[in-house]
Amino acid sequence: MSDYNFAYLDEQTKRMIRRAILKALAIPGYQVPFASREMPMPYGWGTGGVQVSAACLTPGDTFKVIDQGADDTTNAISIRKFFEKTAGIATTEETAQASLIQTRHRIPEAALSEDQILVYQVPIPEPLRFLEPSEVETRKMHSLEEYGLMHVKLYEDISQHGAIATAYAYPVKVEGRYVMDPSPIPKFDNPKLSMAAIQLFGAGREQRIYALPPHTRVVSLDFEDHPFEPSKADHDCDLCGASDSYLDEVIVDDAGGRMFVCSDTDYCRSRRAANHVGAQGAPYEDARA
Amino acid sequence: MQTDTLSGAFAAPPVDAAHAFRAVMRVMARPGTIEAVTGATPPAPLSVAAGTVLLTLCDPETPVYLAGDADCAAVRDWITFHTGAPLVGRSEAMFAIGRWEALLPRDDYARGTPEYPDRSATLIVEMERLEASGARLIGPGIADEAALSLPEVAAFQANARAFPLGLDFLFTCGDRLAALPRSTRVEAV
Repeated sequence: MSDYNFAYLDEQTKRMIRRAILKALAIPGYQVPFASREMPMPYGWGTGGVQVSAACLTPGDTFKVIDQGADDTTNAISIRKFFEKTAGIATTEETAQASLIQTRHRIPEAALSEDQILVYQVPIPEPLRFLEPSEVETRKMHSLEEYGLMHVKLYEDISQHGAIATAYAYPVKVEGRYVMDPSPIPKFDNPKLSMAAIQLFGAGREQRIYALPPHTRVVSLDFEDHPFEPSKADHDCDLCGASDSYLDEVIVDDAGGRMFVCSDTDYCRSRRAANHVGAQGAPYEDARA
Repeated sequence: MQTDTLSGAFAAPPVDAAHAFRAVMRVMARPGTIEAVTGATPPAPLSVAAGTVLLTLCDPETPVYLAGDADCAAVRDWITFHTGAPLVGRSEAMFAIGRWEALLPRDDYARGTPEYPDRSATLIVEMERLEASGARLIGPGIADEAALSLPEVAAFQANARAFPLGLDFLFTCGDRLAALPRSTRVEAV
């Protein structure tokens, strides 16, 4: 028995968040304002995602949290423990076992199913914010579908660097209407934004919720002569040998030694458990056994 | 005030509301799918699904409009006691509930502004029958196409044309629930 209301938030707050989620699903890519609450963690640690998760969780859910793909980082562990304590729900590190996944800056490598929900932690929900600081102006730009400034920014990338240099938080257009910030996921993940699961985005400090229903058409902005290209380190994972996963570069000594490993720790673990071994990997032993 | 005004709410509000919201979210995210919701037993003529949606989403911050035979003393008292939602006219309502003919005309409800299209009404339409057949649905949340027994087609086509402005619809029949957001394009078959 917990001394908290189920999933921490009071019921009136949850109703307010739930109404915002429904409007967000009805207008894919549009940022719905909501009355974000103070949470027992600092802004920037996923307060938006936590509030969306709290409004969506049911007692039968299995909850997974990843931070840059990893289940075992401070932020992921503390949010998982927060809901273990306040909602009494089951948690997991296995993507396929989870019914609700809260993520910071990655989409899991394994394809998500119809029955899963993916909740993103979002720092800056407004894709036009660094181009136009005024909320009044960006609202007007969205209402008029005036996105020329975003194309100018991408064009300036090309004129300076010869290619679109934006590597994360790469802007997308949703169902041919709203330009949306997919949160700071690497652009490698952008093609996965059209998926079978429900995707919800929560920005706590900025007080915005937006959403992508399943199978929504999501197109990364680009030019005919400079098409969008998802990119990753040109390497295989050194632990599991995967050639198709997004990689983190890890410095391993003071002599410039480095290795590339999967950013999705569950994907890497499951591959190693299936006896895939990378260039620097050792045969897998289940540490939990 | 009668005793049945006081009864019929969720037995375990946080848990019942969480399960009910999951169903509402799933149907709104996947137009055309039908889910069962339970928990509330509202007075007639409200359906179990409509009562459950009201308890899940409505509170003193959400003005509600009751249309046609839904606008009776038993329903007014029940909603007021259990949700505290103010009962208002069409133009001020965030939620409206009733049969399709009683809810019309569509133009009376808030459909949002270009800067804030979310400031629009959600209509809870009580149906005689609710089946995954009839008008063809295409749009976000639908892999290829879906079908739903809509009360008519033209009104929903006009609603979708105004995107991103427009109304969102929940359809209720007994304990069954379906949805049609403004993003869905509707074709007669």
